Amino acid sequence: MGLLNRVSAIFQRRHINIESISSSVSEIESVSRFTILVSVTESNMQKIIGQIEKQVEVIRAFYHTDEETIYQESCLFKISSDLLFDERQIQNIVKESHARIVTVNREFFVLEKSGRRHEVDQLYRELKPFGIMQFVRSGRIAVTKEKMKITHLLEQFNQV
Amino acid sequence: MPKQSLQRQKAVLQMNSNKPEMQTTTIKSDTSKLQNAQRMTGSEAIVRSLIAEGVEVIYGYPGGAIMPVYDALYHFQDELHHVLTRHEQGATHAAQGYARISGKVGVALATSGPGATNLITGIADAQIDSTPLVCITGQVPSGLLGSDAFQETDIVGISTPVTKWNHQVTKASEIPQVIAKAFYIARSGRPGPVLIDITKDAQFDTLDFVYQKCTGIRSYTPEPQLNLACVKSAAALINQAKKPLVVWGQGVILSGAEQVFRSVIETAGLPAAWTILGASAIETSHPLNVGMVGMHGNYAPNVLTNECDVLIAIGMRFDDRVTGHLETYAKQAKVIHFEIDPAEINKNVTADIAVLGDAKKTLEALLPLLTQNTHESWRGRFAALHEIEYDQIIQRDLFPTKEGLTMGEVIHKINVYSKGEAAIVTDVGQHQMIACRYAHFNQTKSNITSGGLGTMGFALPAAIGAKMGAPEREVVAVIGDGGYQMTIQELGTIFQTQAAVKIVLLNNNFLGMVRQWQQLFFDKRYASTELINPDFGMIASAYHLPTKKVAQRADLDGAIAEMMAHDGPYFMEVVVEPEANVFPMIPSGASVSDIRLS
Repeated sequence: MGLLNRVSAIFQRRHINIESISSSVSEIESVSRFTILVSVTESNMQKIIGQIEKQVEVIRAFYHTDEETIYQESCLFKISSDLLFDERQIQNIVKESHARIVTVNREFFVLEKSGRRHEVDQLYRELKPFGIMQFVRSGRIAVTKEKMKITHLLEQFNQV
Repeated sequence: MPKQSLQRQKAVLQMNSNKPEMQTTTIKSDTSKLQNAQRMTGSEAIVRSLIAEGVEVIYGYPGGAIMPVYDALYHFQDELHHVLTRHEQGATHAAQGYARISGKVGVALATSGPGATNLITGIADAQIDSTPLVCITGQVPSGLLGSDAFQETDIVGISTPVTKWNHQVTKASEIPQVIAKAFYIARSGRPGPVLIDITKDAQFDTLDFVYQKCTGIRSYTPEPQLNLACVKSAAALINQAKKPLVVWGQGVILSGAEQVFRSVIETAGLPAAWTILGASAIETSHPLNVGMVGMHGNYAPNVLTNECDVLIAIGMRFDDRVTGHLETYAKQAKVIHFEIDPAEINKNVTADIAVLGDAKKTLEALLPLLTQNTHESWRGRFAALHEIEYDQIIQRDLFPTKEGLTMGEVIHKINVYSKGEAAIVTDVGQHQMIACRYAHFNQTKSNITSGGLGTMGFALPAAIGAKMGAPEREVVAVIGDGGYQMTIQELGTIFQTQAAVKIVLLNNNFLGMVRQWQQLFFDKRYASTELINPDFGMIASAYHLPTKKVAQRADLDGAIAEMMAHDGPYFMEVVVEPEANVFPMIPSGASVSDIRLS
């Protein structure tokens, strides 16, 4: 609960902008995972990791570059339904971008797309000229390519 | 309608309060003792929990949201002594003074809202100086949380960046477990302050009380495991060193490593310098004690930091007041960093070898691996530079011939009459630097001062706590006229408790350290640093303290003798040179070896 505050304060006091943060359950029961996206030098990152890790409620903190992770973002577009029928181009965009239509009603339809930032951005650029009623993008979520030692560490703990 | 929304709020709160329990039910304890449980109110459980943790004295100030706890305290006056300070900030500093001299956890108690926010300065001070504190605040009833109720403040949010851990309790049943966790966190590993905010309804509600000390938390490793390979490479480097220099900090004191630390430096013949919070871990007169490092530290250890070949840092964190300009700090040296907190490694100074762990344990592992050495000629360098400092500065400070009393000669006289056995509690500024430079310490835990945060107003309340934490010891509070007036109301606490604190006010009618910087770096533009002061003697007299004012050198000896011989609290004002400066000095941002003697 208060942990989100504690963790974000560590970035804030160094004037490091958190580009996105997402908190969710993890593969381990009663353990949350925070995925935080920042742009920062490696030496600063190491210092920050140390300061995050020393928070009493943090089990472990790791940092990874883009290359070391598989990552995704997700976004939603709310667009007037008329356009779906009037503008043939929109249907092509939806098809080519592998976006998914979540719902359609008389007034609007909702388009969902998961992918890398540039894919989301591209879709946004393509749809923008037709008029977007609402747009929202989630923070980045990621898994590491390497095995995360944390799983093992916690299994050990749970056995004790 | 309002009633409904209140209920909804309550439901949300309950959901929230369930969450941390789920996430952090990590205290390894068995509940087999539950059959011995006693039914009692939350407030009684708070008091009983404190007693179960061995707490004997707490500092605080009552108010609406903490009144049930005060009511419970009323029934336990024989077991738990409550000291009523005159301001909540005083309560935290007193708790700090108590903790620093005794090594135990200091406890402060306050009400919600302003009572709680008044604790923040002391908590921040304890956080940066690694002082174990448990602060308990009352909070508005849980149903009112978030509603801008009278004296409601989000103290958990406010204190988050300055606490090692904090938590809000909204259910009486959580109290023993959370307090156990608080004490465990405050005192284990690198110590620090913890804040527990307890809603008034949780204080009133009842629970089945069983107290189990906390022994571990899943997500928290108080001290890293000892890595023998690191200790071995550190030993090898120390054994090869031709010009080693030890810089030790408070870690030596906090881990109780004084004895083994002494053996380490004596075996390997290592000249050793201290940070302000490391002072007194070994006696001032020890031949290997080469003085203080940092901005107003001693000449030799600062200059030779940039000449040593191996810098051995023990339980210290390379604060900027210690290192000066980082890019020119000990660049020629291999750095070995003995440290309990992994976040300190490579934070400011890159370590060639990091030895993680509790200083006592790592030094015990190091000691048998060291070869005997004396480093005679290298130590001669320290002696030679000390002579320069002595001739140009120390002699003039301690044995002035010019008219006008110096702060240094006052400290010198305190040394003479205390025989180096007193604990010296200082505030922040010139008097603090002078006191730390010149005080003689024969015993550990004798230098009690606000180091990292530099909190003016620290000394007077901290001295009260120190005297109570070690009643057998002489406690002398050396304070400047600026800081003294920040917490001067604690004279009331001294009067009421008769805590036998010796107060030495070094009055130069200036905010001296700022004035010194204005003189040196702002062309003598003394903006808002001159103080028009009251009659301090009269103020102390109003609290019925014996008082003495010294303005002439001839009176100093007798006055200090009288003060030290006096049994109870005592106030002495010494009128010192208004425009004296503290030297040596490393100007802010300069290299340690560019230390100025004038």
